[in-house]
Amino acid sequence: MPGKITLEIDGVQIEADQGQYLIDAADNAGVYIPRLCHKPGLEPYGSCRLCTVVVNGRHCSACTTPVANNMVVENATENLQDFRKMIVEMLFVEGNHFCMFCEKSGNCELQGIAYRLGITAPQFPYLWTKKEVDASHPDILIDHNRCILCARCVRTSKDLDGKHVFDFTERGDKKKISVNSSARLAGTDVDITDQALDSCPVGALLRKREGYQVPVGQRLYDLKPIGTNIESPSTDNDKK
Amino acid sequence: MTDSIECMVEVACKKVGCDPTRLLDVLISIQSRSQCINNETIDLIAGHLKTPRVQIESVVSFYTFLSKEPKGKIAIYLSSDVIDMLKGAEEVAAAFTDELGIEFGQVTDDGNFSLDWTSCIGMSDQAPAALINGTVVTELNVEKSRQIIRELKIHMDPDSLVKEAGDGNNSNPLIHSMVRNNIHEKGPIIFGLLNRGDAIRKAVRMSPVEVIRALKASRLRGRGGAGFPCGMKWEYTRAAKADCKYIICNADEGEPGTFKDRVLLTELPDRIFAGMTIAAYAIGATEGILYLRAEYVYLLNFLEEILQRRRVDGLLGQNIANCEGFHFDIRIQLGAGAYICGEETALISSAEGKRGDPKNRPPFPAQSGYLGYPTSVNNCETLSCVTKILEEGSASFSMHGNRQSTGTKLISISGDCTHPGVYEVDFGISLRELLNLAGAQSPEAVQVGGPSGQLVGVDDFERKICFDDLPTGGSIMVFDASRDLLQIVRQFMDFFVEESCGYCTPCRVGNVILKNGMERIIKGNGEPQDLVQFKQTAEMMKSCSRCGLGQTSWKPVITSLNNFPSLYAEKIQIDPDGFQRSFDLKEAVRLSESITGRVSTHSHQK
Repeated sequence: MPGKITLEIDGVQIEADQGQYLIDAADNAGVYIPRLCHKPGLEPYGSCRLCTVVVNGRHCSACTTPVANNMVVENATENLQDFRKMIVEMLFVEGNHFCMFCEKSGNCELQGIAYRLGITAPQFPYLWTKKEVDASHPDILIDHNRCILCARCVRTSKDLDGKHVFDFTERGDKKKISVNSSARLAGTDVDITDQALDSCPVGALLRKREGYQVPVGQRLYDLKPIGTNIESPSTDNDKK
Repeated sequence: MTDSIECMVEVACKKVGCDPTRLLDVLISIQSRSQCINNETIDLIAGHLKTPRVQIESVVSFYTFLSKEPKGKIAIYLSSDVIDMLKGAEEVAAAFTDELGIEFGQVTDDGNFSLDWTSCIGMSDQAPAALINGTVVTELNVEKSRQIIRELKIHMDPDSLVKEAGDGNNSNPLIHSMVRNNIHEKGPIIFGLLNRGDAIRKAVRMSPVEVIRALKASRLRGRGGAGFPCGMKWEYTRAAKADCKYIICNADEGEPGTFKDRVLLTELPDRIFAGMTIAAYAIGATEGILYLRAEYVYLLNFLEEILQRRRVDGLLGQNIANCEGFHFDIRIQLGAGAYICGEETALISSAEGKRGDPKNRPPFPAQSGYLGYPTSVNNCETLSCVTKILEEGSASFSMHGNRQSTGTKLISISGDCTHPGVYEVDFGISLRELLNLAGAQSPEAVQVGGPSGQLVGVDDFERKICFDDLPTGGSIMVFDASRDLLQIVRQFMDFFVEESCGYCTPCRVGNVILKNGMERIIKGNGEPQDLVQFKQTAEMMKSCSRCGLGQTSWKPVITSLNNFPSLYAEKIQIDPDGFQRSFDLKEAVRLSESITGRVSTHSHQK
């Protein structure tokens, strides 16, 4: 049985299990550290960098850093929140995110975090990169315009669905999700019941014809800011 | 044709025992034989290696020298580095284009030639340079470039372009290259005399712990750039418990303007291999890997031959140097074109047959590196120093240099100087002394440490080359007053955009934002707010990026802004009419103009 240790986040003592990642320990203690690529149940990935915190004076991502006894962590400082805003804004200008037409609006974690951090419009110029849409599959859609390259679908397909439907191709600013077939998504063994489809934090991977089953205004983050389910789990009725 | 592709894939896969961790070898072999790795080939490889096809496509698309689209039977890659550019690479490019009738990124109709740009190929001392099917051609000019194409059209044999081989081992038949060493200063450590095998024989008479102690006493720090104490790295790797450990030599010298490892690999490979063997003894490794950048493939056969000779002489293999139970051998892993693979965890990913993505730390390679085993990754030059330290003792090493930076440093100097080349100097030498050695007549600005280092001006020339003042992995680029520094900074940012692996947001997007900002400023559309945003973006990239690339790639912008503020000030003016200069009205309406077929009233103005 792993022992309990204590650490400090923004001056508050919390308990954690040995071997836990910092972000999970914070979740258990009701402390929300913003994140996009992290998802419980998946291997830590560390790509979005939103969960960057300062641990004993050094910057690191909370989702890949194991806890240690007496760790001193800074999380919700003004400086780190400014960095996070910049990261979210970068994701917005890198892709083509039209929240007003997006069926994920209200359930979108990128949008949710943008609102929580108080972003109204990105400070960076839009890059207006031309991206593709793969609508080849009868029931499932990939819209690269909205993809934030978090690898949640890649990891979920591999680790939870036991397939390898998705992976990244290219590098740098051309990096994109690709599928395990030369004939687009329709050529893969993806299935409408795959958990990978539920792993997408944004509107890049969608089941067709389901977008508006829950009306706008009644969706997850329409009701409460993202992270609320971590900060006050007792009042959380909407947790999936 | 189909038969032969199938056959080729089968042979390449079987050669590595259908081991998916050796995917890179398979891909390199197929690319060189069939000029591409297309969908059909990917499916075939996927079948043999029992690996999902998308994973193979993922790796193919990551590396510069692998491609899904066919390249020419003769694939020309011209180095696009800043130094190549200021030595006339653009004229060379125009000559190639003109002779071949194709643009860069294209293949001739007969499939014989392709033209592409590539990042620095480690020939800045003899720029402009290009790779032609792995053969290096140097000191190109318009006439030479035209001649090269005309000749190739006749014989289609890049090796025949080498009329006169370079000095030293460059003329060894196994290398046979026109590359010249350009060694201008030989110091006592790297270029000091050494008896082959002595260092290993001395090491095995000591205990592994004593070897590590000797290294710690020498205070040797990693030469690749980061400067981590070598003895400590080995101690951690030794302490990790595992049945198998690895020593990897980082010969992926990719920092633009660096070429000193090229010279080490050409002239002193025995010293590198001896250093690896000593490392293996100290940390308890039985296998070693030399990760050789693709650009140095022309050295491969020569290096293999050196390894073979060491096996024959009992310096590799079983019971090395008659030390009972000390077994160790080295294989060479060829890269496929990716700057990021110089980062040690990205290098490990690449050697494992994956994309060159850096890994999350912790765990550090000393705990879990190559294939999950404890691994020490050391630079060529560091390992060469190890050999000297074991041969002559720590004290004779640490008497050179200064307190925090002991020993000597190999420096690659290029750009506006009369003697570009390699210099072995004591750490602590001032930048001015170095510039004088290289014959830099009127240096105005110097990029110290490559693009991820700093751009300094005359005020900083008295500063010392060492870890605590002006650190460098070896690259020094000199620019005189005729150079446009803002353009150079922009080119550095182009390089980082091209070479970012794209894994994390700050680096993938941040570099693009900085590059676009530089372009805006150069065009005269910059605003004071841009400079504020540069600093904020840089601060975030430094703090939040996942690896050293994004943590330092902002430096060209910020150090030039700090050290040459007037260059920016001249370009940034407040618009007299109060307009936002960064908003390019003409550009903004261009698309709608082309759709409607009308010219807007704004376009008539000015």
